[in-house]
Amino acid sequence: MERLTCNTLVLGAGPGGYVAAIRAGQLGLDTIIVEAATPGGTCLNIGCIPSKALIHAAEEFEKAVAFSTESPLGISASKPKLELKKTIAWKDEIVTRLTTGVEALLKKTKVRSVSGWGRLIDGKTCLVTAADGEITISAANIVIATGSVPIEIPALPFGGRVISSTEALSLTRLPRHLAVVGAGYIGLELGTAFAKLGSKVTIVEAGDRILPHYDRELTRPVSGKLKQLGIEVLLNSTARGLSDSGNELVAVDGEGTASVLKADKILVTVGRRPNTDGWGLDQLDLSRDGRFIAIDQHCHTSMTGVFGIGDITGEPMLAHRAMAQGELVAERIAGLPVAWDKISIPAVCFTDPELVTAGLSPEAAKAAGHDIKIGKFPFQANGRAMTTGHEAGFVRVVARADNHVVLGIQAVGSNVSELSSQFGLALEMGSRLEDIAATIHAHPTRGEAVQEAALGALGHALHI
Amino acid sequence: MGIHEIRMPDVGEGITEAEIVEWNVAVGDLVREDDILAAVMTDKATVEIPSPVEGKVSSITGTVGEMTAVGATIITIEVAGTGNVAGDKAGSPEAPAKAPPPEPVTETVPPVVPVKKEIPPAKPARVSIPAPDVETKPPRPLGAKPLASPAVRKRARDAGVQLQYVHGTGPAGRIVHDDLDRFIAGNRSAGASAPDADNSVEEIRIIGLRRKIAERMQESKRNIPHITYVEEVDVTELESLRQHLNADAEDEKPHLTLLPLILRAMVIALKDHPIFSARFDDANDILHRYAASHIGVATQTDRGLMVPVVHHAETRDLWDLAAETKRLAEQARDGSISREDVTGSTITTSSLGALGGIVSTPVINRPEVAVIGVNKIVLRPVYREGVLVPRKIMNLSSSFDHRIVDGWDAARFVQSIRSGLEHPATLFMT
Repeated sequence: MERLTCNTLVLGAGPGGYVAAIRAGQLGLDTIIVEAATPGGTCLNIGCIPSKALIHAAEEFEKAVAFSTESPLGISASKPKLELKKTIAWKDEIVTRLTTGVEALLKKTKVRSVSGWGRLIDGKTCLVTAADGEITISAANIVIATGSVPIEIPALPFGGRVISSTEALSLTRLPRHLAVVGAGYIGLELGTAFAKLGSKVTIVEAGDRILPHYDRELTRPVSGKLKQLGIEVLLNSTARGLSDSGNELVAVDGEGTASVLKADKILVTVGRRPNTDGWGLDQLDLSRDGRFIAIDQHCHTSMTGVFGIGDITGEPMLAHRAMAQGELVAERIAGLPVAWDKISIPAVCFTDPELVTAGLSPEAAKAAGHDIKIGKFPFQANGRAMTTGHEAGFVRVVARADNHVVLGIQAVGSNVSELSSQFGLALEMGSRLEDIAATIHAHPTRGEAVQEAALGALGHALHI
Repeated sequence: MGIHEIRMPDVGEGITEAEIVEWNVAVGDLVREDDILAAVMTDKATVEIPSPVEGKVSSITGTVGEMTAVGATIITIEVAGTGNVAGDKAGSPEAPAKAPPPEPVTETVPPVVPVKKEIPPAKPARVSIPAPDVETKPPRPLGAKPLASPAVRKRARDAGVQLQYVHGTGPAGRIVHDDLDRFIAGNRSAGASAPDADNSVEEIRIIGLRRKIAERMQESKRNIPHITYVEEVDVTELESLRQHLNADAEDEKPHLTLLPLILRAMVIALKDHPIFSARFDDANDILHRYAASHIGVATQTDRGLMVPVVHHAETRDLWDLAAETKRLAEQARDGSISREDVTGSTITTSSLGALGGIVSTPVINRPEVAVIGVNKIVLRPVYREGVLVPRKIMNLSSSFDHRIVDGWDAARFVQSIRSGLEHPATLFMT
């Protein structure tokens, strides 16, 4: 059996793990990263990146369909055809470029990559089952970055027609009827994409509304678009399982009325859970925080020299949180005086239209005891929004009433994901409404709506 | 336009001069009625001089620390109507050469206001700097996250600075790089890093209470041959009694410190040794022996040592002594103590509490003849009936005027106090 030693061992090469390893390498720490699959984790391989590729393809297809009918832009084209196999190949190529990029970055920073299934024996040792035998790695510091996995529901175990987001991103034949269980952001993003590509999509949601983690004001434009796309949303409904024939999904609504939904594929997106299985968690004496591993402000677990980052450590399960933690943990191990002090972790839903939240919503700000001012600016009054033909949505700024310090910024609208960086920066810098209002925002851009929302909160919006 | 003269007030008790300890105004200042012009100090107390008129300060006589005769003009004020000075003198307001006896100046002397009374805060006549924009500086409640950019946060962490202790001067109290610089600079000067050699010498005028203390100490040591006697007292039982009384005390009763118990022990001992409650008029060779026990309690204040007096300690019970010593200490510290409360002691006790050390050589509060110094309580192993036991031990370091008190008498007096403290029941058997 091969034996390796290192200073820092990173278990899992997702966005948290590979960033931790790269940063550790930059800081001169002798680092090994262990990953059974291709580096990049869920995000690069089966999550953020492939889904955005598919969503983009769907949007382009939607446009082409629009040109083949009646387009107000005066463009006409013949009816488009979709070769999903090719779309997926294009997506795979992007994924490959990115994952090989990660491999190169790891190599460049002298991080040793060990390919195989890693299992922690104790707080200092990892046993890796590789293709050509077992490797024992001893490390002074261990970073657990094992991520999360889709939640399976007992009534609909994955397999056959029942798929998770992973399979949905690699379908080579478009399902004619797609049933989506769960109206969270993953279900809506993929459901919308497939609807645009031509599937008949039905969404089954147990709650009384879509995107239950976001306020209704923000989700209203998304609901409108779902309707426009012909996506049927069954609220207060529970997926009971497949019909006897195995070709349909049986859903029951609040009154107990069952409906049978035609479904070539049933996409289950009811959330994700921390990946706590199979890598030796039971060998370690780690404090837990619900299903997650408990960490402190240095991402340190309850065991000396054992750190946790990313989805395994709690909500929000987002790649950029994991990356920030990965950077922090490497610096921490290198002895730098770092600590988690972020003001906001922006979140984006790539629905149609897109949805961004950063900081506190009005409700959360009030719940935290703040007196607040709210400024809102609709894209209907924004020149750039008009010229792209996507006027739905708005920007909303939440600030303290007493000193105007911005507490949160939210937006819904086409391409607003790109505004998320401005939202994050404003919050981290401790901006006041006056700071945003007094910053020249280039014209004509969607960003002007942010400035106008701040002006609106101050009582003197210009363009509304 | 007239001139109003203000003279050094007669503060009573036959005092002929007083020291100016503070000027609250300067020449050219506009003053309103009741604005405080100056503070003067006599042997006994500090007195503030309010303005009886509204006008402009045209002259000031005397500097801080200077002794000024009662009745001498100290301030002249230009007033709108006619002043209290004859018209032809308006140009030369300095007219103190009359050598005025205290009586005839009553008209011109403003009322004496003991500091204790409620005085409206002096309104500085000088143009005040506008208060900073409060809207931009909300108080940062405990636990609230300090507002700072990521770069400032990182610099603070690198420098080992916790931002919650840094005052932010930016908008909405945001901590900016300059605030951090200032904080770090401030900390460094207070820190342990080797300071630069500093050759400066500061000249500090010893005035006011400090000068008074200096004079009194000097007189005491110059005139009185001190004899100091130190004895060890086992206060284990006394402390246990005190804790019991505190634990059982009803809410309205004051918290018992050791002091009232010591006062009580002194009262009991003075019954058998009345010579120690006395004032020695050494100029006339007369010892005034007091039947009463007026016990001075040396008290540290921000301005220096003061000795408020518990009058007739012999008539007070323990709780009364506790309440009275508490009141006196508070008023001495906040400056509101009356002259009566700092005069007339016949014996004094001095304690530095936890800072009391093992032994001290207290200086007698002249013209008294004895001072009882209280050192700190320490838990010590002590032989009792052949066995080492932990006991709470406290030393009494006491000084006596050897002209009046022989060592033998001093020792017996201290033993008497000790006996009372070691057998606390006897403190209450009279």
